[in-house]
Amino acid sequence: MKHKIIGKRVKRVEDPRLLTGGALFVDDVNLPNMLHAAFLRSDYAHARIKNIDTSQAKTIPGVVGVYTAEDMGDAWEPGPPLVSPPPTLENVIFNSRRQVPLVKDKVKHAGEIIAVVVAENRYIAEDAVEEISLEYEPLPAVVDLEKCLEPDSPLVHEDLDSNLAAHLIQQKGDYQKALATADLVIKKRFHLDRGAAAAMENRGLVVDWNEKDQHLMVWDATQSPIPIRNGMASRLGLRTHQVRVVAPFVGGGFGPKIMMFYAEEMVLPWLTRQLKRPVKWIEDRRENFYATTQEREQIHEVEMALSREGRILGIKQKIIHDTGAYDPYGLTTPLNTQSHSMGAYDVENYYSELTVVFTNKTIVTPVRGAGRPQGIFIVERMLDFAARELDLDPREIRRLNFIPPEAFPYNHEIIDQAFTDLVFDSGNYLPAYNKALEKIGYDKFIQEEQPRLRAEGKHVGIGVVPFIETTGVGPYEGARVAIEPSGKISAATGVGTQGQSHMTSFAQIIAEVLGVEVEDVSMVTGDTAEIHWGTGTFASRGAVVAGNAVNAAALDVRQKVLALASKVLKTPEDELELEGGQVRAADIPEQSISLGELAILANPFRGAVEPGTEPGLESTKYFGPAYGATAFGVHGMILEVDPETMMIKIHKYVTVEDCGTMLNPLVVEGQIHGGVSMGLGNCYYEKLHFDESGQLLNASLADYLIPSASEMPHIEVIHENTPAPNNALGTKGVGEAGAIPVPAAFMQALENALPEYNLEITETPLSPNRLYELLQKKERNK
Amino acid sequence: MKPAPFKYYAPRSVPEALSLLHEHGYDAKVLAGGQSLVPMMNFRLVQPAVVVDINNIPELATIQGDNKSLRLGAMVRHAAAEKDSLVKESAPLVHESMPRIATMQIRNRGTIGGSLSHADPSAELVVVTTALKANFRIQNQSGERVVPASEFFVGLLMTAMEPEDLLVEIEIPPLPPRSGWSLKEVARRPHDFALVGVAAVLTLDRKDRCEDARLVYLSAGDGPISAPEAAALLQGEKITPDLIAAAADKAAVDEIDPGSDIHATAEFRRHLANVLTRRALEEAHQRALGGKEEI
Ligand SMILES: Cc1cc2nc3c(=O)[nH]c(=O)nc-3n(C[C@H](O)[C@H](O)[C@H](O)COP(=O)(O)OP(=O)(O)OC[C@H]3O[C@@H](n4cnc5c(N)ncnc54)[C@H](O)[C@@H]3O)c2cc1C
Repeated sequence: MKHKIIGKRVKRVEDPRLLTGGALFVDDVNLPNMLHAAFLRSDYAHARIKNIDTSQAKTIPGVVGVYTAEDMGDAWEPGPPLVSPPPTLENVIFNSRRQVPLVKDKVKHAGEIIAVVVAENRYIAEDAVEEISLEYEPLPAVVDLEKCLEPDSPLVHEDLDSNLAAHLIQQKGDYQKALATADLVIKKRFHLDRGAAAAMENRGLVVDWNEKDQHLMVWDATQSPIPIRNGMASRLGLRTHQVRVVAPFVGGGFGPKIMMFYAEEMVLPWLTRQLKRPVKWIEDRRENFYATTQEREQIHEVEMALSREGRILGIKQKIIHDTGAYDPYGLTTPLNTQSHSMGAYDVENYYSELTVVFTNKTIVTPVRGAGRPQGIFIVERMLDFAARELDLDPREIRRLNFIPPEAFPYNHEIIDQAFTDLVFDSGNYLPAYNKALEKIGYDKFIQEEQPRLRAEGKHVGIGVVPFIETTGVGPYEGARVAIEPSGKISAATGVGTQGQSHMTSFAQIIAEVLGVEVEDVSMVTGDTAEIHWGTGTFASRGAVVAGNAVNAAALDVRQKVLALASKVLKTPEDELELEGGQVRAADIPEQSISLGELAILANPFRGAVEPGTEPGLESTKYFGPAYGATAFGVHGMILEVDPETMMIKIHKYVTVEDCGTMLNPLVVEGQIHGGVSMGLGNCYYEKLHFDESGQLLNASLADYLIPSASEMPHIEVIHENTPAPNNALGTKGVGEAGAIPVPAAFMQALENALPEYNLEITETPLSPNRLYELLQKKERNK
Repeated sequence: MKPAPFKYYAPRSVPEALSLLHEHGYDAKVLAGGQSLVPMMNFRLVQPAVVVDINNIPELATIQGDNKSLRLGAMVRHAAAEKDSLVKESAPLVHESMPRIATMQIRNRGTIGGSLSHADPSAELVVVTTALKANFRIQNQSGERVVPASEFFVGLLMTAMEPEDLLVEIEIPPLPPRSGWSLKEVARRPHDFALVGVAAVLTLDRKDRCEDARLVYLSAGDGPISAPEAAALLQGEKITPDLIAAAADKAAVDEIDPGSDIHATAEFRRHLANVLTRRALEEAHQRALGGKEEI
């Protein structure tokens, strides 16, 4: 189908408000009589609480209350399990241990909440926090992913007999058989470290219990307003209609804001009901480093069996995944790693054993990429090492192993994060890969530029890495689309918006279907008063799942418009067209009626709505895919390293992106840019340093290094389109894509820049200091 | 991250500020650009009972100069010094150090006097003023004294100032003819505090022999770390690559005393100091020879 508006580079309609400070964020909500909360958080990662004395804190003028777990009485209960383990797998061990609102007896990670102060302002609240006296008995902390499984390790959860949180095995084919026929077997150990999501806006909550109305109003910087509404209602014993949750503009989510029921989200609603006054809490950056979920630490023992020609015969890996102190988010992240460790390749034999461990560290839940960067890193690095061993061109070994276009839908015979079969719906990898190589000028670089630069004493290298991303998983999303009497369109979807441009790209879908301008569509996201059902913004699924629900609802409204207009204009439906906010007979343009007039006719004040019909030009539809839409992409970079200072500069960055049908290329490119910056963080900058007592040593943006504008290369984004066959729009997700292949491409380029060292980098991030150590080791062995 | 309660004063003149500092002594903190003080207060690492804001005293923000010295008021913002043509002409090393300090936003607020009073061993101005043998004009209610850089920085975040003192001006003498300078550093991101850095100043005699050399390191110990022995290796000699390498080894191995932290081990810092010393001395030498335009 030829689109007029979908796929166009429409400028974001939300930007003028955002850029002029006119958009509402949680911290902009200021209510009369509002109180402010501040939390006493544990200094220790692992300690027993001996005694808490809040009496002094309560005497400070302006303090309204100080509460501990004991004060919550029966309202104290741990958070709900967000995602249970996959029911379809056998022999799964899963020990569910969830975060608590206020710690009762033992703190399990630094920053866990022990008490809350409510006061007239945040300053007083923080003064009072300092006056709470606390006696701890510090305990040895569980930090190391492997030592924590040793029999004498201290236990995070003492009711368990080890720190094992989960264990499962997924396999296809017969790896042992593949091994027996292999010409080459490569074994490597990988260690990928932890980072923060570091959204620009931290978390925040304003809660307001109205006693007369018996209604709870909540503003929450969450990715998941509807489940938050449902959960808050059930925790407080309210009906869902008594709770409204609004996720207004949110300054970045990246995954952690979908962790449902952070302690603060359990404590504040309880407080406002106790106090019958609004209460606000805005997370500060230090709290964010301790309390907001994080991701990526995994240890992998990997084996790859190959033929002499470079065909992958099988992959075997043992993964240890750190879930932190609790595991509310189930196995989503490591399941993603399992399903991305075969990359874009046709791998017949696969054995993947997963061990998840509890540690005394901040909880782990998905962060943009969500286990996928680890999988792609492993398979791409292994292919680089294999190519070297087999004396093959790194491009050839990839081309040889790509899933061929005729093999789709390609069933991997394991399950993915959504517990559905890991099926790649569609793809055409080779042309996109070749396009990336061409755009970055691979041949010319290797043949001409690199030798010339080396002669000048410069160490410049190239890395090009393909990747897949499973996107757009279920369960479902919904959308409501309605034509107002003004002829303008109001629409809503349950997913929240944290920068994804939903107000623009979803409006484009509706404008396309109903023949109106994008500006005529007002899109509401993240308000439970506007739509009842939904899950949230995660797993690169907005454009696929919510987008197709929007499309379905708009098409249904279009149908209602045609049916009514056909009657009014006395013209058969198939002779009508929608354009410029009007419905008209295709060949007699003066015979027309506006959408607004039709909307009025559809909602008569007298007379009767015909049986079997509904008033209004409105529809609510849902979309739930059987399995996801798998996107593909390639990232290539040329970087220069100074082997004396270990400083690295990226000279050129090219991406080819195939996310199926694009709703708006500008938005896709923005997603890639942001993703690449996070990916570069994972390569070289971002590492959370926990010491052996579980203390985070760099809980500030001065010491936790995020790439800023000055570190960002120019990024060229090239689009390919292999439409998703299983949704009407043909869309695939792209929200996380940008972050996924960056470390694999970076390390390939770095090794290529330093051939004399023959590096085999199996870790992320790689700080300059760490690179220095690796080079020193090679020097010593020379 | 909210500060503990404090009393706030905004004096309009230096005498008024000095009287407040005299009255409150140890309880008071001077607020200049606030780029170091305010974060520390928000983290509650410092909890002054009284804050004396000196942002409303225009006479502290002047830049003056003659052939004897460049005089920078304590409240001159980094950004103002960066753009000032007099600074660029008479103290090019100061000019060059400015863009290495934090981000533009921070330089718009942060002040010369604040940076020097804070005496962070990672601060560019601390090593640059040491290398340039600057003098620090300090006032309190009982009078004024001038302290040379070599005596001003006395330890980690410590200066020769007492709680009642106010730094009012920094005087930077010009370099003799046939001098070259360089500031080299390695930072994780350009706007971060450097992992290690070095300011080098070289003066040549008419026969191109080294008449005077100074090497001062940042992030290499508890304050600005000078390397007099390395400098002595150069003294009276023609500068050659071998000599430079020897001086770099001397400084990096024997004279600096860097610590380890999450960003770099002491060993890596010594390695970097060695590399940077070579590069800095080469550049300073070229400039002293006039090989590069002195801008
Ligand atoms: C993210 C970040 C990165 C930074 N990176 C760098 C960097 O790379 N290099 C660098 O050099 N600096 C860096 N800084 C520090 C910055 O340059 C600060 O501006 C500077 O150190 C302090 O200057 P200020 O005017 O803000 O002083 P303030 O913060 O106001 O004061 C600092 C201290 O000096 C005292 N003080 C201030 N003025 C006087 C005075 N006239 N007399 C007596 N005492 C006084 C104050 O009481 C306080 O104790 C960085 C800061 C930040 C926040």
